[in-house]
Amino acid sequence: MNLFLQHALTGISVGGCYALIAIGYTLVYGILRLINFAHGDIFMVAGYFMIFSFAVMPFPVAIIVTLVATTVLGIMIEKFAYAPLRSAPRMSVMISAIGVSYLLQNLATYLFTALPKAYPAIPGLKKVITIGNISTSLVTILTPIITIVLVMILLWLVNKTKIGLSMRAVSRDYEAASLMGIKLNKTISFTFAVGSLLAAVGSILYFTDRMTVQPFSGALPGLKCFVAAVFGGIGSIPGALLGGFFIGVCETIIKAVGLSTFSDAFTFIVLIIMLLIRPTGLFGEKNIDKV
Amino acid sequence: MLKVENLKVNFGGIEAVKGISFDVKEGEIVTLIGSNGAGKTTTLRTIAGVVRPASGKITFDGEDITSIEPSSIVKKGITLCPEGRRIFPDMTVLENIKIGAYLREDDLSADIERCHRLFPILKERSNQLAGTLSGGEQQMLAVARSLMSKPKIMMLDEPSLGLAPIIVKNIFDIIKTINDEGVTILLIEQNANMALRIADKAYVLETGHITIEGTGKELLTNPKIKEAYLGKKN
Ligand SMILES: Nc1ncnc2c1ncn2[C@@H]1O[C@H](COP(=O)(O)OP(=O)(O)O)[C@@H](O)[C@H]1O
Ligand SMILES: [Mg+2]
Repeated sequence: MNLFLQHALTGISVGGCYALIAIGYTLVYGILRLINFAHGDIFMVAGYFMIFSFAVMPFPVAIIVTLVATTVLGIMIEKFAYAPLRSAPRMSVMISAIGVSYLLQNLATYLFTALPKAYPAIPGLKKVITIGNISTSLVTILTPIITIVLVMILLWLVNKTKIGLSMRAVSRDYEAASLMGIKLNKTISFTFAVGSLLAAVGSILYFTDRMTVQPFSGALPGLKCFVAAVFGGIGSIPGALLGGFFIGVCETIIKAVGLSTFSDAFTFIVLIIMLLIRPTGLFGEKNIDKV
Repeated sequence: MLKVENLKVNFGGIEAVKGISFDVKEGEIVTLIGSNGAGKTTTLRTIAGVVRPASGKITFDGEDITSIEPSSIVKKGITLCPEGRRIFPDMTVLENIKIGAYLREDDLSADIERCHRLFPILKERSNQLAGTLSGGEQQMLAVARSLMSKPKIMMLDEPSLGLAPIIVKNIFDIIKTINDEGVTILLIEQNANMALRIADKAYVLETGHITIEGTGKELLTNPKIKEAYLGKKN
């Protein structure tokens, strides 16, 4: 029983990180109908931002620098790699996204070598906490809490604020949104900013747990989170949250029962099954294509 | 007030609008009639700034507004109620009304009331998702949404499309009321009969050219128009 709780907690924690990344896929897909293949690599670069800023500044400042730098990176990628292709066929934008993904991975390899770099230990986060018979680190408990709080703030932002209104309008109909006076580029930039910011938070929590970053650290988590977003219904924020937790928990359970080698494959089995039985995911829109 | 001079618009190799000129005076109802594919929608989308013209000039109150951003066009007091309504189906009726005032920072309550007075059904349906409204209700919502930007001129693209005659009558009455309240109207219609009845000035657009112009009354009795657009033969 204790062992089970222990694993459940680990799973929920990993799932929280996955959820934060999955939301980035879902937001961008919602507004551009684009699978942002570079998203996992943004998450990886956020890891390096933290390593280098932590080396030269106190940790609270380093965290802020990481969050801001990652957000700016996301905005820049959109501005230079996707915005010029606004009226190009969707396939071209997709290819551009794949290109950005390789660019970030190779740039990281070139600049920082392919060797794993140690992720800094943020004071306090790795502190061991004991509740009853379970002992775990603070970050494990904190991750799902931070995730849920951030998702609540995000839902409020999307549903109750003016910028959220413009995000919903642009997601639905570019031209009608423009006719209301909404600026497309500004709204799309904002969406990338939010997605990247959440990926940066996810990155801090994830790498604090994993302790190393290398140029391909974003690839597999990126793919898994994409699957989480598809599972929950791409375009849906609660869907991405649920998908993230689901993938995280299942993966941890599979590892716990001794099938570690199978745990990555599992994610893709989920993807295939979901696409076969319910392509729109749990909370997906019915008519996913833009009219 | 709104002046279009020698406007040309291309899509790839296709010339959709081939050099048209017309003007709309303050307080008037002006209609542009023409059959399917004549270039009516393209003309309005170009004025609204969502399509760039190949050449030509659009001026509003004497100011050149050719190729400026859609949001600046809205700010200047021009609104387009688009073809096919284009309401936001997964927002509530009230959210749709409010989004029409996206660029405004002032108090909206008086204008929301005005919309509810013109379209009482929208008040009843405030919290319903707009996608669940009937076609006629969606058209009313689209007009109300456009009105929320406090326009000086409202452009309407085929507001009668696909609606029952009784509802069309209702919508045209409201367009007339909006005009009486001081909003200039530029109306596009295939339903020429209704449009010409309320129009001060009318233009006929045929495959990218303006071929006939006159007052609404003149065009109603013009034999060519009767034959081609009103479905009557003398
Ligand atoms: N986005 C577009 N791309 C290519 N051709 C278009 C586009 N929009 C309109 N057209 C073409 O331009 C012409 C005029 O269309 P439109 O302005 O919609 O006419 P109307 O509103 O009078 O029916 C048509 O031949 C149409 O096929
Ligand atoms: Mg049309």
